[in-house]
Amino acid sequence: MNDLLVSYAEVAGHDVVDHLCQLAHPLRGLKIVHVNSTREGGGVAEILRKLVPFMEALDLDVRWEVLKGNTEFFQCTKGFHNALQGFAVGISQGMLDTYESVNASNAEELRPVLEDADFVFIHDPQPAALINFFPKRRGKWVWRCHIDCSRPYRPVWRYLKKWIASYDASIFSLAAFARYLPHPQYLIAPSIDPLSEKNIDLPESEIEAVFDEFGLKRELPLVVQVSRFDRFKDPLGVIEAYREARKMTPLQLVLAGGSADDDPEGKAVLEEVRRAASDDEDIHVLELPPDSHRTINALQRASDIVLQKSIKEGFGLTVSEAMWKGKPVIGGDTGGIRLQVIDHFTGFKVKTPEGAALRIRYLLHNEHKRYEMGTRARRLVRENFLLTRHLREYLALIVGVVHGLEDRIELIEQG
Amino acid sequence: MITSSSQVDRGNHHEAFRVRDCALVALATGLSAQNLREFRDGLQRVHEGSIYHHFWGRFLQPQFDEPEYNNDFASWIYHGLHEKALAERLSVIDPTEYEDISSLREDILERVEERLDETEFVAWARVDEQFHFVRSQIVVLDTGKIIEQPEGLAKAVSEMSLGSIFYHFIDARRRTPEKIDDFSAWLLGWGEKYDTLRYSLMAIDPFFSSLKELRRIITSAALLHLGEEAGHE
Repeated sequence: MNDLLVSYAEVAGHDVVDHLCQLAHPLRGLKIVHVNSTREGGGVAEILRKLVPFMEALDLDVRWEVLKGNTEFFQCTKGFHNALQGFAVGISQGMLDTYESVNASNAEELRPVLEDADFVFIHDPQPAALINFFPKRRGKWVWRCHIDCSRPYRPVWRYLKKWIASYDASIFSLAAFARYLPHPQYLIAPSIDPLSEKNIDLPESEIEAVFDEFGLKRELPLVVQVSRFDRFKDPLGVIEAYREARKMTPLQLVLAGGSADDDPEGKAVLEEVRRAASDDEDIHVLELPPDSHRTINALQRASDIVLQKSIKEGFGLTVSEAMWKGKPVIGGDTGGIRLQVIDHFTGFKVKTPEGAALRIRYLLHNEHKRYEMGTRARRLVRENFLLTRHLREYLALIVGVVHGLEDRIELIEQG
Repeated sequence: MITSSSQVDRGNHHEAFRVRDCALVALATGLSAQNLREFRDGLQRVHEGSIYHHFWGRFLQPQFDEPEYNNDFASWIYHGLHEKALAERLSVIDPTEYEDISSLREDILERVEERLDETEFVAWARVDEQFHFVRSQIVVLDTGKIIEQPEGLAKAVSEMSLGSIFYHFIDARRRTPEKIDDFSAWLLGWGEKYDTLRYSLMAIDPFFSSLKELRRIITSAALLHLGEEAGHE
């Protein structure tokens, strides 16, 4: 067992890593390629940065390729993203032409790798049209959707479906997100990496240091939301909840986030948030560089409560990150947050800023509840939302796609 | 060589126990329900694998380890539809009591229809709280590990993956003619000496514990009755 596997075994259990080695064994020799649209920023890049080395450590032949796009391409794909989450977004024919031509040019660059692959995982809509340019593909192509597309804006879904329907299978994070498609639709929740800079244990001094670094007050309870500056994460709703709670309970709020290469709207939302927070010295809006993983880790660990008050959410990895650190989470009652936040057990699901304010007050008033919920939250993540479970399901999926739709696939050595 | 086989290790007289492992991945069926009538219609049409999944497959899926109900149907009927009476009636169903999935399906349908007959209004869930029928694929592997005799059971179980616990303690109840777990079936072949352990394993209710907790309970039972011995390789 190599060092990386030993490290995972120490956190997740030796039985868990042994199990992955067994499952990976019959897949050795297969060429597996992941394609997405950014190496930095956002949940997809974060998952791939850990999933790919983990697959390599299991002796799988795996590569990670990144689509190269221009500003107009990313504006178009951000439009896709918003439309899949239900916003009525108009996308011009010119933008669609750019989308297709960027996919075409990337297809030429990636042709030797993708044509030769046994398994190609295409992540999200940005590279979805690549499949159109590989009529001679020999492997299985799987489209992995990380977005809540339970009620997409239909004209955009109809456009994307013409590419996605050609895949051999697709993966959605939740059953509610799956759309009708003429191929098997697998359900795999994403995960966090317990060994990443964002999630490893930190020395107390490093956690303490964020108070000085960001001018936070040690005497005030700390409520934190970590997420991209995106309207679906409802940062303005978080500020409203803070103001409501503060009428009864003194506290301070940190809204920390960065931007992703493929998200052109981030700057505008950040400006709106700064304007809304400008008159209150206890609201700290932090724009962090994409590599601030330890800082985010320390902020989450320094907090008393973590919020993720999204109004739409593909999954909400920041919820599992906070829960891994033993924090109760007040999350928006939407999407994948529902899998993680169990009302009254690991936190609270809320619909409104008022609901979030009520739960902030309740938890700040009950230290014992915070501890109890935080302990359960960490246990829920350990059992369900670590990278090891995610990889196990990917490996089972590869076996499943190879064997068709059989319910039970027995890989038993004879003799 | 890798081959596909449906053969299952059973507890023949004084045979060693071959430890298997499994992994599960879920698939959408495309069927969902927002009210009790749609739920009944979905239940009538859905693939048998979905009924298996919502009773058993859920153990290997992300879930909270303090479940209120022992199957996903009862849980949704309470949390989505707020039909507590029906949720309670569905939660007492022990799927191992049924000959096959088809008769299990018939009984669930009977209870749902009985509730539909009792009420004047059909309960609805919010659009984002619909029930989605899911099925799963299970990949079964041979670990190459063998338990030579019952005295090695405690150590072997304590080191098993949760997939192995699922396969031998949960899945076995559907897969085997006696509808019991593989450990109990195996001990049967070793004679009366192991009856007390066998009875204590058969008395474990598997539906309210996580697989990790089940592993601990089975290990404790084996230690209590047999003590510890390094008996597997």
